[in-house]
Amino acid sequence: MNITRLDKARDLKFKRQVEEESGQNLSTCYQCGKCTAGCPGAQVYDRQVSQIMHAVQLGLKEEALKNRSLWLCLSCSTCSARCPNNIDVAAVMETLRMMARREGWVQDRPIESFWKAFLDTVHATGRSYELGVMADYMGRTLRGWGNLEIAPMALRKNKMPFIPSVIHGRKEVARIFKRYAEKRS
Amino acid sequence: MKYAYYPGCSGHGTSVEYEASTRAVCRALNMDLVEIEDWNCCGSTPAHSVSHELSAALSARNLMQASKTGADCVISPCPSCSSNLKMARYRMQKPAFKARVDELLDAPTPANAEGGADLMETCSVLQAIVENVGLENIASRVSYPLEGIKVVTYYGCLLSRPVQVAKFDDPENPVSLDNIMKALGAEVLPFALKTECCGAAMGIPDVNIPGSLSGRILDTAKAVGAEAVITACPLCHMNLDLRQRQAARISGKPFFGLPVFYYTQMIALAFGLPKDAMRLDKLAVNPYPLLDKIAERRKVRVSAELEAMKAAGAAS
Amino acid sequence: MKIGVFVCHCGSNIEATVDTATVAKIALTYPDVVFSEDTMYTCSEPGQENIVQAIKKHGLDGVVVASCSPRMHEPTFRRTVERAGLNRYMFEMANIREHVSWIGRDREANTNKAAELVRLAVEKLRRNAPLYAKQFDVTKRVLVIGGGVAGIQAALDAAESGIGVVMVERESTIGGKMAKLDKTFPTIDCSSCVLAPKMVDVAQNPNITLYAHSEVESISGFVGNFTVKIRKRATYVDWDKCTGCGTCTEKCPTKNVPDAFNEDISTCRAINIPFPQAIPKKATINPDYCRKIKEGKCGVCAKVCPTGAIVYDMVDEIVEEKVGAIIAATGYDLVDWTVYKEYGGGTYPDVITSLQYERMMSASGPTAGHIHRPSDGMEPKNIVFIQCVGSRDCSIGRPYCSGFCCMYTAKQAIMTKDHLPDAEAFVFYMDIRAPGKMYDEFTRRAQEEYGVQYIRGRVSAIQPTVRPDGRVGYIVRGADTLLGESVEVDADMVVLAVGVEGSKGAGNLAEKLRISYDHYGFFMESHVKLRPVETNTAGVYLAGVCQGPKDIPASVAQGSAAAAKVMALFSKPKLENDPQVSVVDIKRCVACGKCIQVCPYQAIEEVEIRGQKKAHVIETVCQGCGVCTATCPQGAIQVAHFTDNQLLAEVNALCLS
Repeated sequence: MNITRLDKARDLKFKRQVEEESGQNLSTCYQCGKCTAGCPGAQVYDRQVSQIMHAVQLGLKEEALKNRSLWLCLSCSTCSARCPNNIDVAAVMETLRMMARREGWVQDRPIESFWKAFLDTVHATGRSYELGVMADYMGRTLRGWGNLEIAPMALRKNKMPFIPSVIHGRKEVARIFKRYAEKRS
Repeated sequence: MKYAYYPGCSGHGTSVEYEASTRAVCRALNMDLVEIEDWNCCGSTPAHSVSHELSAALSARNLMQASKTGADCVISPCPSCSSNLKMARYRMQKPAFKARVDELLDAPTPANAEGGADLMETCSVLQAIVENVGLENIASRVSYPLEGIKVVTYYGCLLSRPVQVAKFDDPENPVSLDNIMKALGAEVLPFALKTECCGAAMGIPDVNIPGSLSGRILDTAKAVGAEAVITACPLCHMNLDLRQRQAARISGKPFFGLPVFYYTQMIALAFGLPKDAMRLDKLAVNPYPLLDKIAERRKVRVSAELEAMKAAGAAS
Repeated sequence: MKIGVFVCHCGSNIEATVDTATVAKIALTYPDVVFSEDTMYTCSEPGQENIVQAIKKHGLDGVVVASCSPRMHEPTFRRTVERAGLNRYMFEMANIREHVSWIGRDREANTNKAAELVRLAVEKLRRNAPLYAKQFDVTKRVLVIGGGVAGIQAALDAAESGIGVVMVERESTIGGKMAKLDKTFPTIDCSSCVLAPKMVDVAQNPNITLYAHSEVESISGFVGNFTVKIRKRATYVDWDKCTGCGTCTEKCPTKNVPDAFNEDISTCRAINIPFPQAIPKKATINPDYCRKIKEGKCGVCAKVCPTGAIVYDMVDEIVEEKVGAIIAATGYDLVDWTVYKEYGGGTYPDVITSLQYERMMSASGPTAGHIHRPSDGMEPKNIVFIQCVGSRDCSIGRPYCSGFCCMYTAKQAIMTKDHLPDAEAFVFYMDIRAPGKMYDEFTRRAQEEYGVQYIRGRVSAIQPTVRPDGRVGYIVRGADTLLGESVEVDADMVVLAVGVEGSKGAGNLAEKLRISYDHYGFFMESHVKLRPVETNTAGVYLAGVCQGPKDIPASVAQGSAAAAKVMALFSKPKLENDPQVSVVDIKRCVACGKCIQVCPYQAIEEVEIRGQKKAHVIETVCQGCGVCTATCPQGAIQVAHFTDNQLLAEVNALCLS
């Protein structure tokens, strides 16, 4: 493990950028850990929410951005609801996830792929379509087999139709995605 | 009252019973639902995880479509859809954000006096029922009370969070579903995990996440003596019902056998609406033993009332 | 007129960003200024001596010092000019430190601004006139509001010095919060054993008049001469006859009354004496529960009372007392912690406050000192303590540290281990704040000697569940931020270290006392460091937590300090008023009476002068607030030393030159 030279490693521009994009004041975080304590994802996180907040406070960009936790965050906003300093912690997590993606530091490919599969379906049809998303995701990642456990029941109950619903305005929706892709590049 | 109705994608798939019961209950409560023409997916969590502008643009198209209905308000049964539509309108109050979203759309969103987007408000169907229809109205329509079955209510994350956007009920101890269930004649047990996350859509990449989180919710519900779980969210319902066996296995517990209902199914049941209005056949965990119990208790109660009436008649 | 100007460097505080020599040079060009110089430390002994010499040498009849805030050194320099034979009101101060050097870095701009402020002071001084104080008599009695440990200490110290004390206590007994405590930190000595003798002293001291079950209704007057109306709330028991035998309490059939002294963890009777050592040890009827008072039925207590003390139709009584000084010692209340829905919001029976736990551990409490959890009487095995509930929490508008919770939590954890050696105590904390004598050692002892488990992190939620054995368990979901993990404890009972705020009704009392208070109901001291027990209203002093969170030793120290302030005030045979009071120009006054209506001090009366009605200011009552001046349609009433002429001269100096 490397020893962090704080005088050199601190990137306070990064901290300011997070604050600006998320609209939150990170200096008010006093590291009580209430966010971590109530986080449903804590058990699978490789770095806890409160630690990520602290990394941002220190201006340690990689520590804040290179972790799976950003992808495992369930966006439930429990952290925001309970923060004693009124920080919208979930908004900070979402901001960091977007920044990490910009840096090319996606730390959880499967979840990123799931989101991609989902959005591709919406892109193509204008709606999401569970079976299509599942198939796309499993095809891309060769993962998600755990879901086969519930497939028989889902199919028996006819809860996963085989035909996607396609909307008339799907091209309009596709144009939204297209413009978004153009703007990003 | 007229509402622009946004069913959400799962209504055609995993939550057909929610969709059916919502429409039936709204009809029974004289809520005039006009489905938004050619609505598109709100983008759900994947969209806002990738880009706030993309997410808002997908919602903005729906909200602009909604304005064609002539209604005052958009309602959706799905908390996640409601939250996304609300959030889009909330964020687009800022002119700079509105401008970035407008760049993604075919036509820009209409502007209000402050330069923000002039879009229709959204609320959940639950909120509309509680705030516009009212509990007295629901109570007065009950023909077949639920005979004191013990339930816990499970709200999930998004019905009352984030607080500044949701503006509905209490984020820690919401009571809207409790009040509805009480009005229907059920006994609502205190339940501390009302807003604990079920694991959302994380099941697709990793079944262990919703498995353990939902397992804990179901285990606690069972421990406090619940006979059923009442929910208002398609995703929560999938994790608690469809994945119930998986959740038990992952959390190392025996199968809970806890039926999980949408609150609209329970309203339909208590109102005596036809079975098409409930689609109980769609539930993964068998609900019929509990329904038999309700019927049994009703029989006992009614005959006791009958006896009392006879006795009173004989006395006078 | 001959004016001297002294421009202070204040070391480098002013000199660093103001060219004081130039300011002094410019000052010489102002009208009537005959002498001007810059000095290193004007307030120092040589600095003051310099002013005295200059007055004598140059025959000055007015002095301007350009330095710091008048709140800091105006009294100092007034005494200085007085020493040289001038009237103390022939002095003006220009604040070129707080208003200039500390707030700007531009030396040239600062120098100009400082010179302008000196011009202002000079123009005012040219219109000053000598003023002379009036003397008035002092009522050498003090009102102590609140009978907790701070008020008790203040009362006893004042009474000891021969001062008459009137003590008003809202509850039916004195003792305050300390009387509820089982033990005190860091010595773990018995709280009531330490406090009870002092309470008895209050009862027995002939200099102290105690009004328990009473509240301050209104206060009028001013330092040295306050008139206080006290509402003696009906007790429905004639306390002159009541012997405190307790027969009524035993026989009263109404048993479901929440016991406020025991923090509602138990019930008491509708007629009650809060605890065995109560002072006064007299019974009080709770009219909300008494069947005789509510429904006209019962009357058992009247039948069994051996002295015939019960008076069901008693009404509140207002008594009047004259005092010369007032000490507010109204203490605190717990923050409303039921806003924490994630901790159950008050609905979980075994999640209790630290004060409730204290009653539970007290031998004179409802469980006779045995720790049983409220829901089912089970002896708890795992007890979780959560600190900072309602403290350091911006989300509920309580951003401050309540100061003593870390210590009492350590104490309660230690006592838990004393009571139940097999129990486990877990303390969730953010920081341990233990800066007193033997305090840190105490919290260390909790961990080292008693094995109390401290976990650094806030608790997110308490989630009750039913265990396989049918008992309720409380899953406490916290974080261990040192470990970087979320952690849980399956607790039998949870004790919340609830933070404190000013006691209920503190704001209301502050308005009666005409003192300031903050958002949290704490009274504002005159100076946070140098005048901690004084207020900005002369003759009103503070003691204990009413001023801000503090523990018992600090509260006692403040009680003594406030008493000492009162003794100093009363040590003079007569008091002098501040002559900066309103003066009526009787030629202009048309006796419209508006000033009489608006005066907050009742300092203006109507008199007849040669057959004509005129307003008249009682100089010793007037506080110089100026409300009358602003109200008078004729411009007939002016505050001396702040006349329209003087103020306009200042404005003109700034705007016209």
